[in-house]
Order: sequence, then structure tokens, then C-alpha cells
Amino acid sequence: MLEIPPFLPFFIGALVAAMTRGVLRNVIMLATPILSALHLWMVPEGIHLQFTFFDYQLTPYRADKLSFMFGYVFHIAAFIAIIYSLHVRDTMQQVAAMMYAGSGLGAVFAGDLLTLFVFWELLAFTSVFLIWARRTQRSYVAGMRYLIIQVLSGVILLAGTLFYAAENGSLEFGHIGLEGISGWLIFIAFGIKCAFPMAHNWLTDAYPEATVTGTVFLSAFTTKVAVYALARGYPGTELLVYIGAAMTCFPIFFAVIENDLRRVLAYSLINQVGFMVVGIGIGTALAINGAVSHAFNDVIFKGLLFMSMGAVLHMTGRINGSDLGGLYKTMPKTTVLCIVGAASISAFPLFSGFVSKSMVMSAALEEGFDWIWLMLLFASAGVFHHAGIKIPYFAFFAHDSGIRASDPPNNMLLAMLIAAVLCIAIGVYPSALYSLLPYDTGYNPYDATHVLAQTQLLFFSALAFVWLNLRGMYPPELRSTNLDVDWIYRRAFPLALQNMFSFIWKVDHALRQAFLVRLDLYLAFLSQRNKGISRLLSRTYPAGSMVMWVAVILATYLFLSFITH
Amino acid sequence: MGSEKKYFFDNPKNVKRILYFLYGSCVLLLALDFVIHRHVVHKWENLLGFYPLYGFIGCVILVLVAKWMRTFLMRSEDYYANEGKSDIDEKPGIDIKKNNEGGGA
Repeated sequence: MLEIPPFLPFFIGALVAAMTRGVLRNVIMLATPILSALHLWMVPEGIHLQFTFFDYQLTPYRADKLSFMFGYVFHIAAFIAIIYSLHVRDTMQQVAAMMYAGSGLGAVFAGDLLTLFVFWELLAFTSVFLIWARRTQRSYVAGMRYLIIQVLSGVILLAGTLFYAAENGSLEFGHIGLEGISGWLIFIAFGIKCAFPMAHNWLTDAYPEATVTGTVFLSAFTTKVAVYALARGYPGTELLVYIGAAMTCFPIFFAVIENDLRRVLAYSLINQVGFMVVGIGIGTALAINGAVSHAFNDVIFKGLLFMSMGAVLHMTGRINGSDLGGLYKTMPKTTVLCIVGAASISAFPLFSGFVSKSMVMSAALEEGFDWIWLMLLFASAGVFHHAGIKIPYFAFFAHDSGIRASDPPNNMLLAMLIAAVLCIAIGVYPSALYSLLPYDTGYNPYDATHVLAQTQLLFFSALAFVWLNLRGMYPPELRSTNLDVDWIYRRAFPLALQNMFSFIWKVDHALRQAFLVRLDLYLAFLSQRNKGISRLLSRTYPAGSMVMWVAVILATYLFLSFITH
Repeated sequence: MGSEKKYFFDNPKNVKRILYFLYGSCVLLLALDFVIHRHVVHKWENLLGFYPLYGFIGCVILVLVAKWMRTFLMRSEDYYANEGKSDIDEKPGIDIKKNNEGGGA
């Protein structure tokens, strides 16, 4: 049987979509993920495509349980996002989205680092069009910053790959570990795409600037590819536990005070990826399972949340918490679907987040990471606070903004419905998800202790929200920009450069001025001197006649040299 | 707005109901701590009301710290929009004046 690499159907789909329009294009775009998923379902594990390139073995298509897991969820995400964007009539955006999904699939089935690098860069170059498709100045510059950082990550990955080839004589993408220059370089490259702290701002900067439908695509692929790459290359790297724990905690503070609700979701995306990174860092079978299944669930529930906020933006033209409120009145379906997403990300029992996040938490406890466990617990309460309560509350309830927008078009509702059903189905019947996982751990999330603990945590977090609100201590949504690390490259760095250049120019100006003054002085001095000399030698002959006579002499010389030859 | 349809939460009673439901659930969940035999992994989990307390205090601290962060992180909405211009509301800690001098040279 011929195994087609999963990225190929999407690239072909993109090509065909570019040449068709209207209903036909929609049919093709919908059929692509379905057919590709059916095909992928039948592909056995193993290496399906391999060839030798110079001295190195390249493996563009390798499938094992880890890549299958991401492969499946990428198909689901692409399918849902395509339904969500069926109303879009923008060739650039639709083609870019298909290419982007294909690149994500290419990356998770890449068996060698060079192939991974190619798809790594393709992810950047295809996804940036989803940001630029908004066609505003803001999105243009945000997309530029996004592209620069993504390409930087790719370049570092390439450098790491070259070092890796030199150190190991192979390009195979397996366990890498933090050894040697290559290990660190590749780690940094993965880390940038994974939105490690300090390198996270590309995400919160660019995702909220993308189009309504573009953000749904964006939230699914890039960071999950990075999570996959870390799970493959760096499982059990203890450093990741601490990085991940930091990622779960710091964004929630920013999320609480952020006004743009899609940016709130971007921060909570980092928080969720943090849980996955912790799981990978712990590295036990349970932890890896937790990380991978959480990535799977996150793609769906984060997609659902981005879709519901996208629906709000699409229908009202607004996305700031300060402008919204009371939308439940006229957007009841969106409200309910958003709440399902919110419950899932908050890991309520019977929702998808619960069955995957609890694995990471349990693994942290079992391996003796007590403090990390406390941080994760805090982050769990925090994520409920900002994504579970704040998002639905400020968009759909809170004060009545007076906006009376109706529910979004049916295709958007259908996409959200599919995601919501999946969230609940996985939460109620986790065995289906667990059977796909790389390891068999026999884990059961639904024991009384665990359910009770999580429910208590969540309900009392909700109580805290209510209490703070009633006391008037809850920070109101304000139109504002909050400084984050991106301030360094968006403000401090340009400012420093500007000041540096203005200083250099000033110094340069002063030096020139001084030099010119000096030069004038010397010239005056010399001409003074020269006056005396020239009077002595050629009192009445102008300099011009002198030059003429020199020219005559030279011409004669030239003439003579012609004759003699 | 007078003629507009009355929605669910326009009635303050319904809001109250939701709140009472929440309070009731919290009390019930706390009570369950005594009833359900929990097999705990960590000693902290043995503390009575560990999870409820942690959730509540954690969230209050989260919100208060975030609120405090606003005092030095918050800028006007178009802070980045008018890069290099002077009409940015100034906050202590960041020297925006320099920018203007630099821009002139």
C-alpha cells in the first residue's frame, strides 16, 4: 500500500483551492482533512519514506504513536477550523491555512532534523499570512515581528542541526538531550516556538492581531508542534519542569489585567502549554501521556474558546472586555458553547481538560516535585479564574454593553458545536483518548478523591471571584496596553538605538564642525603663505595658463611616442 | 430600552439564585471532605479544607497581585501605536522624554 505523507494532501488541497472558488473550493477544503484522516487511520507505524541525501539518511515520513497522536488532532483541528471559516472569501487566507495545517503535519511526521527544519520554517511562512490577512497596519507590523522571531527559531534549529550532524554523524530526530552545542541550540529553537518565558511574546503579540478565523488555526499548530518536538527530543529533561511551571504561573497574572479577550486566551495558551512542558520534563510514562493528551485536548478546547471569541469579534466588531458585556441575551448559543470550552480548560470533571491535566499533576506529585505541584495547583485555579470565568463573564454577562449582536453564521456555530461535543465526549469517556496514547498506564482520573479535590479547588476559586467582585476589589477591564517582555524589543531596544544614533550623530557633527574650522584656518594660513611664494615665482601668470602648457607638453609627448612606434 | 425584552439576569433575583447555588455547593463540597475517605498522596492534602482554601486564597492573591502589577505595567491603549511620538502618557520608571530628544536629531 502506498503511504502518502500526511502533509501532501493538504499541500495539494491548498493548490487546488487556490485555483477554484466558491462552493467547489469549500468542498475541496472540507474533503482534504477528511480523506487525509481516513488514510492516516489506516497507516501502520513505521518508517514509510526514506532516502539518502549526500551522506545522510533523510526520513520525511516516520509514524509512531507520538506522531499519530498529534497527526490525528491536527486533522481534527484543521477540519473544525475549516468549517469555522467556510464563510471566508479570501484566497490568500484559505490557501495559507491549508499550507499551514500541512506544514504542522509534515513537522510531526518528520523523522530527521533537516525535514523538521523545512516544515518548521514553512509553519512560520504560511501562518504569517493568517495575521497579515487582517490587512491593517497593526497586524502587518505584528506579523513582521512574529515572522522575525519564528524565522530566528528556524535558523537556530538549522545551526543546531548542523552541529548535531557533526557531533553524531546522523540527522535522525530522536532523543537529543541537553548535551553539546547542538543539544542546547535545538532546545532554544524549540523553546522559542514553545513560547518559553522571555520568548513568549510573539504569541501574545501576534495571535490577537490575526483574523477571526486565522487565530483558530494559529492556536492549534505552532505551539503544539513545539510541544511534540520537545516530547520527542527532550523527555525527562528536568530543566523543562521548572520552565514549564514558570509558564503555567506568570501568564495568568497578565491574563487577569488584559483587556483584549483574545489576548487573554493567548496568555492562557502559554499557561496550558506550561502544563505540557512540565509533563515532558518529568518524563515518566504517566507524565508524557499527560502532556500529549493535554496537547490533544488543548487544541480542541482552546480552539473552541478562540472560536467563541472570534464569533464575538465577528458579530460585534469588538473584542475588548471593556466594550463588551450582556451578549448572552442575543448570542445564547455562543454563550453556552463558550462556557463548555471554559469548563474544559478549567478541567472541570466530565470535561476534557480534567482527564489530561490531572495526569501531569499526579505525575508531579509521584515524582516528588512538591513545589512544582503547588505551582500547578495555583495555575489550575488561576486558569479557571481568567479563562474559565473572566472570558465568558466579561463577554457575555457583566454589565450590559447595549450591544445586541445575534449568534454567528451557522458554519461557525457548527464548528464550535463539534469542538464542544468533543470536549464533553473526551471528558466523559476518556478511554478512547487514552487508547491512542504512547504508553499504557492504566490511569483512571475519576476516583472520588481526585474529583472532589478538583471540584473544591474550582468552586472556591469561583467563590473568590464572586467575593472580590462583590467587594469591588476585582480590577475592572480598562482600555490599556500592559507592558511585557516585548517592551524590550518594541520600545527599549529601538529607544536605545535611537539614542545611540542621535548621540553618534551629535558627536559626528561636532567632530566635522571642529575639523572644518581647523581646515579653514589651515587653508587661510597656507594661502597667506602661498601668496608670498606665488608672487615670487609667477607674478602675472594665471594658474590656468600653466595647466594649458602642461597639457601641451603631455600631448607632444604622446604624439612623439606614436611616431617612434 | 424600556420596551426591550426582559432577559434572565435582568432580574436580580436570578443573580441571587445563582450565587446561593454557588454558596450552597461550596458548603456541600467542604462537608464532603468529612464524608468521603480520601486516599492522599501528599501530607498537605491531609489538611482539612486544603483544596478549598488553596483555591480561594490563590485566586485572591492572583487578582490582588495582578491589580498591583497594573500600577507599573499599564500604559495607554495606543502606547505602541505612536512609537516615537510625544503624546504618550508618562509613567515613572520609563524615560520617554529621551525619545523626543532623540527623534529631533
